[in-house]
Amino acid sequence: MASSAAAFAVLRGGKSEARAGCRVGITRKNFGRVMMALAVDVSRFEGVPMAPPDPILGVSEAFKADKNDLKLNLGVGAYRTEELQPYVLNVVKKAETLMLEKGENKEYLPIEGLAAFNKATAELLFGADNPVLKQGRVATLQSLSGTGSLRLAAAFIQRYFPEAKVLISSPTWGNHKNIFNDARVPWSEYRYYDPKTVGLDFEGMIADIQAAPDGSFVLLHGCAHNPTGIDPTPEQWEKIADVIQEKKHMPFFDVAYQGFASGSLDEDASSVRLFVERGLEVFVAQSYSKNLGLYAERIGAINVVCSTPEVANRVKSQLKRLARPMYSNPPIHGARIVANVVGDPTMFGEWKQEMEEMAGRIKNVRQKLYDSLSAKDKSGKDWSFILRQIGMFSYTGLNKTQSDNMTDKWHIYMTKDGRISLAGLSLAKCEYLADAIIDSFHNGLGTAK
Amino acid sequence: MAMSRAAAATGAVTRRRLGATAARSMASWFGHVEPAAKDPILGVTEAFLADPSPDKVNVGVGAYRDDNGKPVVLDCVREAERRITGNMNMEYLPMGGSIKMIEESLKLAYGEDSQFIKDKRIAAVQALSGTESRGLDFSGLMDDIKNAPDGSFFLLHACAHNPTGVDPSEEQWREISHQFKVKNHFPFFDMAYQGFASGDPERDAKAIRIFLEDGHQIGCAQSYAKNMGLYGQRAGCLSILCDDEMQAVAVKSQLQQIARPMYSNPPVHGALIVSTILGDPELKTLWLKEVKGMADRIIGMRKALKQNLEKLGSPMSWEHITNQIGMFCYSGMTPEQVDRLTNEFHIYMTRNGRISMAGVTTGNVAYLANAIHECHAVII
Repeated sequence: MASSAAAFAVLRGGKSEARAGCRVGITRKNFGRVMMALAVDVSRFEGVPMAPPDPILGVSEAFKADKNDLKLNLGVGAYRTEELQPYVLNVVKKAETLMLEKGENKEYLPIEGLAAFNKATAELLFGADNPVLKQGRVATLQSLSGTGSLRLAAAFIQRYFPEAKVLISSPTWGNHKNIFNDARVPWSEYRYYDPKTVGLDFEGMIADIQAAPDGSFVLLHGCAHNPTGIDPTPEQWEKIADVIQEKKHMPFFDVAYQGFASGSLDEDASSVRLFVERGLEVFVAQSYSKNLGLYAERIGAINVVCSTPEVANRVKSQLKRLARPMYSNPPIHGARIVANVVGDPTMFGEWKQEMEEMAGRIKNVRQKLYDSLSAKDKSGKDWSFILRQIGMFSYTGLNKTQSDNMTDKWHIYMTKDGRISLAGLSLAKCEYLADAIIDSFHNGLGTAK
Repeated sequence: MAMSRAAAATGAVTRRRLGATAARSMASWFGHVEPAAKDPILGVTEAFLADPSPDKVNVGVGAYRDDNGKPVVLDCVREAERRITGNMNMEYLPMGGSIKMIEESLKLAYGEDSQFIKDKRIAAVQALSGTESRGLDFSGLMDDIKNAPDGSFFLLHACAHNPTGVDPSEEQWREISHQFKVKNHFPFFDMAYQGFASGDPERDAKAIRIFLEDGHQIGCAQSYAKNMGLYGQRAGCLSILCDDEMQAVAVKSQLQQIARPMYSNPPVHGALIVSTILGDPELKTLWLKEVKGMADRIIGMRKALKQNLEKLGSPMSWEHITNQIGMFCYSGMTPEQVDRLTNEFHIYMTRNGRISMAGVTTGNVAYLANAIHECHAVII
């Protein structure tokens, strides 16, 4: 039927006035007479396809479905105790109890968020004595954790630097690309991971940053690179800063693991502070998901170090303007927890201790894994890259086929890029994991799926 | 800044060489970034806070106040918080948010026994809260509905229209629904005041229920900011009624794809409060009582304001104050009259003449009525 075909073309094409799923699209030409007879009930959403499953969440789902006793979930991006349980920091429980006692109201925050939180966060990142803070040169907005901070910054870049490109590391956290795509900000990759050394391709990184057009934004992981765990050395950071300055690029830090990587808040912020010390303007997206275990509270901040306080005020006002139509104002609960913890010297001290313990557990597990691999692997392969990596994640160097072997044969769940989450590993499981890695590395070949 | 560079750790030759470059970088990237205009609504509160006058009244505020003008945290919310504090871990919610909270939200919006819920036809995700004339220009509204291209998307306020407080009657909603069917328009409801408008959540959802009965496939944004007083928690729910379960799953998956690069997954605390309250019969009963209490106070203040104005012998009609519903009242005052209210009487409101009835108390209603009367008297 020609008119049905036309109607369906309308439904699929979406170019004419009648939107997809127009129930009475057919009747537009034959109004009245045909209306009753041809009322086809096709939904507006007929053309909406099923989105692909999230690559990381899919891992946890498959893990849950696995009935094997030996199974191990190394896909998870959240800290686990030695007993492989989620962990709410004691200092967070204290803060929440305190908040309950205080009985504060739940009024809207200002668009830029809780002032005490913003102050605490900027001081943590840049150092309380940093001149840029004293000079009022930092625009800080509380935002929806790391993702929200990145998205706000991306929206700002899209509006004020529409010709600019963001350079992201290859590989990087999967959601970075989604964020810049949805914000309509063009991006390209700089070399980062060297599979031959399971380390940093420093020459490639510098060359690609050098080759990019002047005035690009360079997205850098402040510490504990996700997914590789490979960070530049302090000397390498200096050289990265050199080339960024030379090319008049804008450094754009993603800081999701401050304190969680080395155990020291200051040490983990040293890359950011190095750039700030040089007098550069810098973007920093920051999150408390990992270091305070506040994952689901969605608490973080976007910070922009500007050349003068007047500039910072203007930038802040425009970030607010971008945030307002997104979500009006940010959620209060996580911000209050942070402000309470950081604002009280005792709780702050306790936090630092708990953070050291979390980072310490990860380091111990790395050591044990390395020891097990070295002891068990007779091939003489050098596994020391595991010790050089830092943070929650480790790039094992396993390819997709080998990673599949980890799952299919050993019931170890990880992402297909060879990334394991050490946060999900206990000392007790290190030997089993070592056996699996050795087997997959040497024998886990076969037709790639 | 030059000092801090000099004082910084031992300079490598490179750093001194690049000192000049650093100085050049002091010319900001953001030279072309203009200061944004102040948000008109938030600016009102700022000005109010800065005013030292003891008589000052804030009727610009978009948040409920009790009869002493103080913010309120509901008892059911406090109790829910007591229950959840320290008990839950803070693991990421799924991208689509808290399942429990979504379930309860759908029951509230679509009806406790809704067949659509049973058939799993609703794609829903937890979201970050919801986002002049004195009467309704109904014929104008119907004209615009008829003249819009077929299949247009319409944003409708389910109850307690913001900023006017003017809602269609039940009969008018039915006519609107019918015309939507004729034109195949997509109705998207913004429901920020369910329960808060009339005091009865079922009644406040009437418009939605009418459209559902008429076979529309609606979209709905719900917020718990006002009706549960969870403003700063940013708790809400976005739902879309689809053909069937499979389509609902597909649509939800796409909503999640949009959410992931915005904020990854939604904040948990407000969602837990909502699901704890709505999931517990006792707490839910308490909530229904408290939300009715808030609505009743507002309705009482509307009556009081109208009565006070009439008592002052105002020749104008103030029917619209009690005809309108919800937190806001469109007074019909001009920007100049509003400025006078602020400058002479220290009464703060947005310049479009919108009064937040939440800011009216037995303590200030007479003062407010008098001030409004004075400002109108001049015009006559």
